[in-house]
Amino acid sequence: MTETVEADTATGTELAAIELRRVVKTFHSHGEAVPAVKGVDLAIGQGEFFSLLGPSGCGKTTTMRMIAGFDEPTEGEVFLHGSDVVGVPPNRRDINMVFQSYALFPHMSVLENVAFGLRRKGVPKDEVARRVGEMLEIVDLTGREKRRPRELSGGQQQRVALARALVNRPRALLLDEPLGALDLKLRQAMQVELKRIQREVGITFVYVTHDQNEALTMSDRIAVMNDGLIEQLGTPREIYERPATKFVAGFIGTSNVLSGTVSRRDAAAAVIEPGPGERIVVPGTASAGDVVEFTVRPEKIDVRTEQPDGEGCALRGTVTEVVYLGTFTNYNVQTSTAAEVVVFVQNVSSADDVAARGDSVWLSWDPRHSYAIGA
Amino acid sequence: MKATIVDLKPAVRRPRVRWGDRLLYLYTWAIIVWLCLPIAVMIAFGFNDTTGRLNLTWQGFTLKWYGQLFSVPDLTTALVNSLTIAVVATLGSAVLGTLIGLALGKYRFRGQGALNIVQFAAISAPETVMGASLLSFFVQLGVGRGYWTILIAHIMFSLSFVAITVRSRVLTLDPSIDEAARDLGAGGWAVFRLVTLPMIFPAVLAGALLAFALSIDDFIITSFNSGSTLTFPLWIWGAQRNGLPPQVNVMGTLIFVGGILLAAGNAVVARRRR
Repeated sequence: MTETVEADTATGTELAAIELRRVVKTFHSHGEAVPAVKGVDLAIGQGEFFSLLGPSGCGKTTTMRMIAGFDEPTEGEVFLHGSDVVGVPPNRRDINMVFQSYALFPHMSVLENVAFGLRRKGVPKDEVARRVGEMLEIVDLTGREKRRPRELSGGQQQRVALARALVNRPRALLLDEPLGALDLKLRQAMQVELKRIQREVGITFVYVTHDQNEALTMSDRIAVMNDGLIEQLGTPREIYERPATKFVAGFIGTSNVLSGTVSRRDAAAAVIEPGPGERIVVPGTASAGDVVEFTVRPEKIDVRTEQPDGEGCALRGTVTEVVYLGTFTNYNVQTSTAAEVVVFVQNVSSADDVAARGDSVWLSWDPRHSYAIGA
Repeated sequence: MKATIVDLKPAVRRPRVRWGDRLLYLYTWAIIVWLCLPIAVMIAFGFNDTTGRLNLTWQGFTLKWYGQLFSVPDLTTALVNSLTIAVVATLGSAVLGTLIGLALGKYRFRGQGALNIVQFAAISAPETVMGASLLSFFVQLGVGRGYWTILIAHIMFSLSFVAITVRSRVLTLDPSIDEAARDLGAGGWAVFRLVTLPMIFPAVLAGALLAFALSIDDFIITSFNSGSTLTFPLWIWGAQRNGLPPQVNVMGTLIFVGGILLAAGNAVVARRRR
């Protein structure tokens, strides 16, 4: 997959488009120091679609503003294509930004908005006209050059903001929750559109969002942030399949976080045996007597009425809720260890549900899908 | 000062006009007439064919006062003083007030609260107090009263009006618009000239018009600090014991028409920009 290739270029010997080293940002409010970013290391590769994902207040926007130059780091270094840019004002950084509010110039036409950056740089008139025309074509706004921003729909304003930034051919484009103000349908359409535009122009995108679906859909790599730190950095698949921390497991998708005491070791895995016939295998180094926390994604679990054979994970439980959701059915199962487990079962056949509320069931999954997690 | 314009759309699907609506309608017109009557009288007596020193009874229609507009030398000097002071004071308070309004709306700084309070204090302080304290200030400094002290006084009291209108406009702006301009390569001055100023211009204009209106007819503060210089209102005050010549009405009419034109122009500009 291309994701792994791009992931390698970012950490490899090639010069990173954007690199942050031990970046710390502390704000001062009423004499009190408020840490926003507590030490972030990042290397974003050329042409990569990179997302900073996290809840509000996690430091993702501050991190991006330090890349753009609107905020200066309290400690640490910011490199753009190998040169240290700390202290360089935003108008001298070869980077452009798409703001959450779009921040279009209300007194200028679409054309004037998009041409602003090129005119500031003193690009010749005919070249400005040509490049603005090309860019408006890419974002599908040809014919609306003379409109004022307020005469456009939300989605169109969004595309003007994108064109205004991209027309300058920046080394990297920073996007601060650019789809936040759009309704769901438009947002999904724009996700596909953004990815297409990014492929077309080949510019590094740094995308800030709190929406995990957006990040998973579009990114080559994602940095999940929480409380001023990066919790996990990896491809969408890595982050979804192998969440490194409890926070990541809970923030990305639905996840079952379970814990148990290891009763014995078996090859490269720890085995938990909560009851007769029950067995949970967690790959890792935990030894007998340790309490381990691990996650299993709901769609990896199978629900059946008989005890499963083989060496897989097996757990007994009682169905507390069954919700039919079209493509899959959602089961909530109270296990023998008193934890509630969510299971998604694909509705492959149109036959009845495998279990009903109150039924006694067995849950089973491949040991490869249980992941021990950190704090 | 302010007339409430009431929207009186005919009530749809309600054939009988209610008494409340009728009363409101009458009341609105009563206020409009009440506000306009003195102005109408002033305009009318500019056309009065009066022969005596007093211009108080209607004698007949004439246009001769418009022809002899500048035949009272002192009055002409006073009008020129008033107009030049008003123009310079407007420009001065527009520039300084805009800068103060921008600072108050955009930044957080030490002394901001105090500056805000001082502004409102300057607006609400009684004019006699302000005039008297300015006079003692100038006397203390040993500055001779005249044209320049009037100008300084006018800039001082109209500054706050510009600053407050600009500040409230700045507060409604999205701060990321300025950031977007910087992000696109504009330096500090270019951001102000190309982005900030065009966006706050309606407020600057409104504040400046207010400053002009305050300056051109100020009497109290001016009289404290004028020395021997006469402005239009001061001349009228001095002359009214002996009867005012109809030229005063004509000049008043022209200032009024000028004001109406400026206000209409402002409304057109504001509508186009919005």
